[in-house]
Amino acid sequence: MSTYEIFVSLAKVGLKVTLQVTFSAAVLALVLGGISGLARMSKHKIIRFISSVYIEIFRGTSLLVQLFWMYFVLPMMGIRLSALTAGILAIGLNFGAYCSEIVRSAIQAVPSGQTEACIALNMTKVQRMRRVIIPQAFVMMIPNLGNQLIELLKSTSLVSMITLTDLTYQANILNATTFETTKIYSMLLIIYFIIGLPLSKGMKLLEQKVSEGRV
Amino acid sequence: MTPIVSYKNITKAYGELEVLKEIDFDIYPGEKVALIGPSGSGKTTLARLLMTLEEPNSGTIEVEGKGLWHEEINGKLVKANGKHLREMRKSIGMVFQHFYLFPHMTVLKNVMEAPVTVLGLSKKKARLQAEEMLEKVGLGDKLDVYPAQLSGGQKQRVAIARALVMKPNIMLFDEPTSALDPELVGEVLEVIKEIALESDMTMLLITHEMDFAKEIADRVAFFNEGTIAEQGTPEEIFNHPKTPRLQTFLSRFNP
Amino acid sequence: MWNWDYAFSILPQILAALKITVSATFFGFLLALLLGLILSILIRADIKAVSLAVKGIVQFIRNTPLLVQLYFIFYVFPQFGITFKPFTAGILGLGIHYSTYLSEVFRSGIEAVPAGQWEVVKALNFSQPQAWTKIILPQVIPPIIPVIGNYLITMFKETPLLSAITLVEILQTAKIIGAGSFRYLEGFTIVGVVFFLLSYSSSQLIKKLEVRLGKSN
Repeated sequence: MSTYEIFVSLAKVGLKVTLQVTFSAAVLALVLGGISGLARMSKHKIIRFISSVYIEIFRGTSLLVQLFWMYFVLPMMGIRLSALTAGILAIGLNFGAYCSEIVRSAIQAVPSGQTEACIALNMTKVQRMRRVIIPQAFVMMIPNLGNQLIELLKSTSLVSMITLTDLTYQANILNATTFETTKIYSMLLIIYFIIGLPLSKGMKLLEQKVSEGRV
Repeated sequence: MTPIVSYKNITKAYGELEVLKEIDFDIYPGEKVALIGPSGSGKTTLARLLMTLEEPNSGTIEVEGKGLWHEEINGKLVKANGKHLREMRKSIGMVFQHFYLFPHMTVLKNVMEAPVTVLGLSKKKARLQAEEMLEKVGLGDKLDVYPAQLSGGQKQRVAIARALVMKPNIMLFDEPTSALDPELVGEVLEVIKEIALESDMTMLLITHEMDFAKEIADRVAFFNEGTIAEQGTPEEIFNHPKTPRLQTFLSRFNP
Repeated sequence: MWNWDYAFSILPQILAALKITVSATFFGFLLALLLGLILSILIRADIKAVSLAVKGIVQFIRNTPLLVQLYFIFYVFPQFGITFKPFTAGILGLGIHYSTYLSEVFRSGIEAVPAGQWEVVKALNFSQPQAWTKIILPQVIPPIIPVIGNYLITMFKETPLLSAITLVEILQTAKIIGAGSFRYLEGFTIVGVVFFLLSYSSSQLIKKLEVRLGKSN
């Protein structure tokens, strides 16, 4: 098998799943991270408690363990998830916990004077968060979220271990059938690296765009 | 005449440190009151209590005849809820020492923000009012600039426009020129003076600019160690200070 | 659903495999520290070509999955006559992957030392090694200890990946037990709890350490 054929085979079969899992899990992580990050700062004890339990559990146990748990254990409880759903859910929940810390620390990093100015202008808490605090915190989050996005992309390779046909899974299949081991895994590394490039570039552009004029 | 703001027996402490000790203080409608005194004497805290940024440990504050931190429900005094505080804040505006402009909004958006989100004005109307107000503080040509590109004096003038556009009855200025380079102080004082002279707004001005206080204040109060040590007309305070503490304090400004 | 008797019966086997997990973490971490230090020194090298090449390698390793790197070490190297045991390949993979993160930590730690300190050691006529050991490193290391500690925990949580190259660590043990009895709940849950207890308590320790280091500065 030529290097080109290997590339085509990987791209044709595995790329779609890798991108699909990356994108869906990233959206899920961002939503969960935002909600649990805000919930962690709630004045209600119960809400704070629930969100810290979520964050600590998903940060404290391994992603692969979480993935196996969702794929192998949940069916025993009658919850049967497809490998794709289990993969997206596990990665989204796991990275959501990390994102929540990013969200929380960025919000806490907005100077307290901003809050005081909002009170003096008689804004409600919701208005203050939506119009003043979160837009400023968001700019601070972007570099960290960008790093997490790359980590998330890398972690999607784990779904190959629950039989989902992503890039890595397809590489393993090719390896078992063609024995072009060196070419296959080199190509696989290069493909992951290349997918990551526009992601980091995109986050850099986003950062520039949202911080325009504010230096 | 009934006071528009009335502090009654106010005490405020941070842990062990009492910054205000049983203060009684009235401000009358339209009055321009200057608060002077050494740093840490309690002047800023007095304004922050009125802006509801801090809660007194004891005593009451009344604004336009109504309790600020408490309200009367069925003849009983209860702690004010968020809704009551918001209602009360409608009458009060504040300018901070460090401006606290919103860095992610242009000058125009900074001034338009509260009229649109808080007062519910249409964007068009808010824009007109904001432009007018920025024109007044001499920044009509900086509408689309971000705060980071402004000098300190310009930032403070935007902050003044942002507070004024809410049309408060009472304006608090908390050391508005203390964070500015000396050459920029004048332009900000000029704007405040103009407002003081032309409007019947009640103004509470905390300042270290003695000449300025002398010029615009109807009454000056000298704070020392959490109490009002002396108060009177600018003439009385600056030309005939009675207490030795005030004499020492003033001598530092007129060597 | 949850069977305590069964859970207790498999617990010893899982805990025995924890030894593999912990020692892989430990040796991988040592390798990552050593390689990370070397990389950070190479990146600071005066020869531009070296610095750029090392930066490129670091970027590549950092931005590609550890799992694929493990496959690479375990399956590709034998093609060239170099065969590793799963344990060794796992340590190499973990160590190399995380050395790229640690090199970044070292780099920023070194850069955080004020330029004035370098001028002082010159003015006092310290030799280069003296300057590093007596003046610079003592300032670099304390503030980065918590960060390094957090990477240790991260690496610990990454060890289940080594099961992909047939290392029978704690997760793989649970999987094998599960495949035999068709009961996955207890095994995987115990593994999760073990990871949680160890990493949560360590991260709390690091937080305390961070507070103490912050106070002493």
